[in-house]
Parts: sequence; C-alpha cells; structure tokens
Amino acid sequence: MFIGAIGCEPLQLRRVHLENSHSLDVYRANGGYEALKKALDSMSPDDVINEVKKSQLRGRGGAGFPTGMKWSFVPKDSPKPKYVVCNADESEPGTFKDRYLMERDPHMLIEGMLIAAYALGAKTNYIYTRGEYKYLIDIMDVALDEARAAGLLGQNILGTNFSSEIYTHTGAGAYICGEETALLSSLEGYRGHPRMKPPFPAVSGLYASPTVVNNVETLTAVPDIITMGGEAYQKLGTEKSGGTKLWSVSGHVNRPGVYELPMGYDDMEKFIMEDCGGISNGKQLKAVIPGGSSVYIMRADQIIGKDVRMDYEGLVAGGSMVGSGGFIVMDETVDVFESTKNLTEFYKHESCGWCTPCREGTDWLVKIFKRIENGGGRDGDIQLFLDLCDNIEGKSFCPLGDAAAWPIQSAIKRFPEDFEKHILKN
Amino acid sequence: MTTELVNIQPLYQPVKMSGEMAVFSPEVEAEIDWHLAKYPSKRSAILPIMFIVQRERGYLDGPGVSYLANRLSLRITDIWEVATFYSMLHTKPIGQYHIQVCKTLSCKLLGADKITEQCSQKLGIKPGETTADGKFSLSLVECLGSCGTAPMFQVNFDFHENLTTEKVDQILDSLP
Repeated sequence: MFIGAIGCEPLQLRRVHLENSHSLDVYRANGGYEALKKALDSMSPDDVINEVKKSQLRGRGGAGFPTGMKWSFVPKDSPKPKYVVCNADESEPGTFKDRYLMERDPHMLIEGMLIAAYALGAKTNYIYTRGEYKYLIDIMDVALDEARAAGLLGQNILGTNFSSEIYTHTGAGAYICGEETALLSSLEGYRGHPRMKPPFPAVSGLYASPTVVNNVETLTAVPDIITMGGEAYQKLGTEKSGGTKLWSVSGHVNRPGVYELPMGYDDMEKFIMEDCGGISNGKQLKAVIPGGSSVYIMRADQIIGKDVRMDYEGLVAGGSMVGSGGFIVMDETVDVFESTKNLTEFYKHESCGWCTPCREGTDWLVKIFKRIENGGGRDGDIQLFLDLCDNIEGKSFCPLGDAAAWPIQSAIKRFPEDFEKHILKN
Repeated sequence: MTTELVNIQPLYQPVKMSGEMAVFSPEVEAEIDWHLAKYPSKRSAILPIMFIVQRERGYLDGPGVSYLANRLSLRITDIWEVATFYSMLHTKPIGQYHIQVCKTLSCKLLGADKITEQCSQKLGIKPGETTADGKFSLSLVECLGSCGTAPMFQVNFDFHENLTTEKVDQILDSLP
C-alpha cells in the first residue's frame, strides 16, 4: 500500500518511512517537539490560536469547521477545567489515514495535543480511539510513557510552568462515537448517544466543561503551523483551506493508500488515473465516493475531463464533498444498487437508536433493499426510497441520519439504471 | 504488528471460579486502578474496565457485571445499559478465537464474501455462530479501517489484511 505525498513535499507524512519513526528519539532527531518549545518559550496562548486561525486549517474529521475559530470559542474565564479530546475513532467506511499517523508518528499527535492544551489551558486531555485499534492504543501508550519520562508530558513540561496530561481511552465498537457529542457521552461512561447542540462542546463538553474535540489529522497539523507560521501553512493550500490533506484511497485502484496532497489539488481525474495507478485489472472507472461513505457518489463522467479540484469548494462544485477524505473507487463491474445496499446496512447497524427517523428509517431502508434483492421489487420503490430518505435527512437528531440518506439519494439520481434493473427483475 | 502471522493469544482462559461477584488478582486490580485514576469521574472508566473483565471472565457474565457495578458505584442496570450498546462487548459466551470478517464496502468490493465463505467452510460454522468446542466464533463486522489493504479480518485483536483464501487457511491453521 502506498503512503506518501503527491504534488507537494510530504508534511504530515514526512517521517512515516523512517526506521523507528514511532520512537521519541527519531521524532526529536527530525524536528519533533521544537514547535512545542517555540510555543511555550515565545508565544502566548492567544498567539497560538491566532496562528492556527491564520493557517486556515479546517477540521479533517469530516465537518471541515475552521479549527482556529473552534478554539477561540472556548471561554477564557471559565472556572471549570478545560479539556482537549482527540477524536481517533475513525470508523467512516473508506477512511484509514489517522491509523497510519498514530502507528508511525504518535509523537506528532502528542505534540499537537500539547500545543492545543497550552493554547486552551487544558490540564487533562484524552485520545479516544476505537476499541478495534487496540494495537494503536498500545503504540500511543508507549509514546505517552516516553514523553512523560522525557519531561514532555505531565508536570512542568520542558521546565516551564505549563503542566498537562494526556491519556488514551478505549471505545468499544460504535461508529456513532465519531460524532463529537456522542464521543463525549461515551467518554463519560454512557451509551454513545449524541447530545443536543447548542451548547457546543467548546462551552459545555466533557463533564459539562469547555472541551475542544479535534480529529487526529487536525491535531497533527498543528506543530507544523507553529513551526512555519500560519500564513506559510495556509499558502500550501488554498485561500480558504490551508495546508495539505490526507486522502485514504481504496477499492478498484492499482495503488491504494494514504496520499498527502496540497489542499486544492486541481485534477481528480489525474489523481485517480495516474497518481493512484488507474483502475485495476484494466477495467473502466464507474463511480467514486470521494469523502467517506456518507458523501454523494460521483459518476465517472462527473470526473473524467472535468478538472474537479480537490478541496472543500471544488468537490462541492463537482457534486460531492471532502468529508473525511475516504476515496472509494468502483470499476465498471460494480452494481451501485448492491454497493448502496452494503452502505445502508452499515448505517442501520450503526444507528444508535436514540431517535426514531434514523433508527426506524435505516431499518426500513434495508428491508426494502432486501425485498427488491429477493425479486419483490414494486413500481414506486424508487419513490419510496426517496420519500423515506426525505423523512430521515434533516430530521434525525445527529448527522448519522443524513449520512444514511445521502448515498441512496445520490445513487438513485446518478445510477437510476442500476436500481431499475433490480426493481424490474420481478 | 499487523498482517503478519503473529502468535495469536486466546481471548481468555476458561474461568473455573464462579460466585455472586467476580474476584480478580492484585495485578488485575492494579490495572483497573490505573484506569480509574485517569478520570475525574469513576464512570468514565467503564469501557476500559469492561474490556478487562471480559478478558478475565470470557464475557460480561453476571459475576463480572456485579463486580463492575460494585467497583464503579453504579447500578447493575447501568452496566447492562452500556454493555448492550457496544458491539465489542459480549454478554454471551464467545469463542477463544474471534474471527471478525469486515463486510463493509471496500472489503466487499475486493472479495470479503469469499473470505467469509472460506472461514465458514473451514470452521464448519456460519457467521454469528461458535464452534461446539467453544474455540472459534465467526462474525461479520462493519468497517475496521483497513480499506486500503482489503479484504481483511481481525482475529482477536490482530488485523490480517490483503487476505486471500490461501492466507485464510494458513492463519486459521496456525491457531493452537
């Protein structure tokens, strides 16, 4: 599997191929913890937040919210403790980039979290990792112990009066815990049910205290922003989306992997057909889901010859979204009815059951898929799918309902022939 | 680490002792204390400690759940409420080797069905079942984050990726 950069110098992936890249020695020998030292020695917490604002770093977990702005929502005068929580749940189908960041460069995450903790005044911080990634939790725990022993974590970090701790926390198999408020419910020891917003976690999050929840890729971008300065980081990407972005590529491509691209990489066709080695087994491209399973599926003719730019605005203009950056490529043999059924089963399984539209709706959608698959298709099934999706989208308690509806809506719109073929089978 | 034929350990040793409430060794108690110390609220430690109880008892059985309620100062129903929400927590006995085949899209596109069929045939059980001797359980699970190295399965806590039917045979045959 390929792990590396295309169209730019590797930034977040620059250490991943070094021998023992996960160790503190290798991290420090390659510039590690210099950004933390710079922040503690010469920057105020507000300076750090301003640099992150200038960087135009947008949250890499899926929502794309500006990170610096999120940090600035944390009230400075709160008497309650503050928390930085790293969302390392990574359960979106097609998405696997954070895993390699933690596996191969765990200290980059620790350094990013410590800089965030310094900026926000957080003394205790947690890395919430899905339980299936146990080997990563072990790697992170070793790295945290190394950092603690070297005076980089805990009391009086690097000899300053800044003290902060980071602990790993284990999830237990629930996609919904990637939603930030459900993650906090889970971290407090409850079922992973999402919470009403507002109040947003920045004001009332973990234990009803101000909390910033950021994804692994987001936090690992922070040391470089501090080292090179917010403006220089922004210039690596576009005006509205700074820096580089990691894309996880899977499915029918010759070279699946984790690709670091400058934000705003200007040709999605070139990316798939050249950078990722083209479609496997000499087949033709049929469809791509570019941002993890919960974004709109794209037809090949929306990509080929269309110069789709790979950033937030470019992908919306192209008919989809960046999401978590999980590229799933499908060749001409794929039946989009079947692939959409597969994703709908995922959402049915992962619905937390808290609200009726999502709990009942996803179950019903799967039942319709199965009835059609078993030869029981009826006139009006396409409309039934769309009506059901309409009653889930925007009406569920959290975005999981939207995420379940969008693949079906876009698949029906863009591949009606694959649905009709199954419905008319009877 | 991943994909290698590592020495896969059983999920648990069969528990001989029974009773109203589970009792653990001082070493296990110290491990539980470490988790409790990480949080300002005891309840936050519920998932990490559930994994320990599950490892020691085989699954979240009655005595294990009573222990959790007592240790975390919670009601028995609070424990069950959490235990039944998360797919990695088992409230029924499970095999010592839990084979979990990822069935989600990228794995599906690259042959997850074949991998499942091979496991089924080899173990003589369908997904969702456990062998009569209690050694193997086979499950279909949703995305495990190995899409770039699909298809994959997880055996206990080890990821095995880029699977072929031959590799499946080799891995299953290697389990003691």
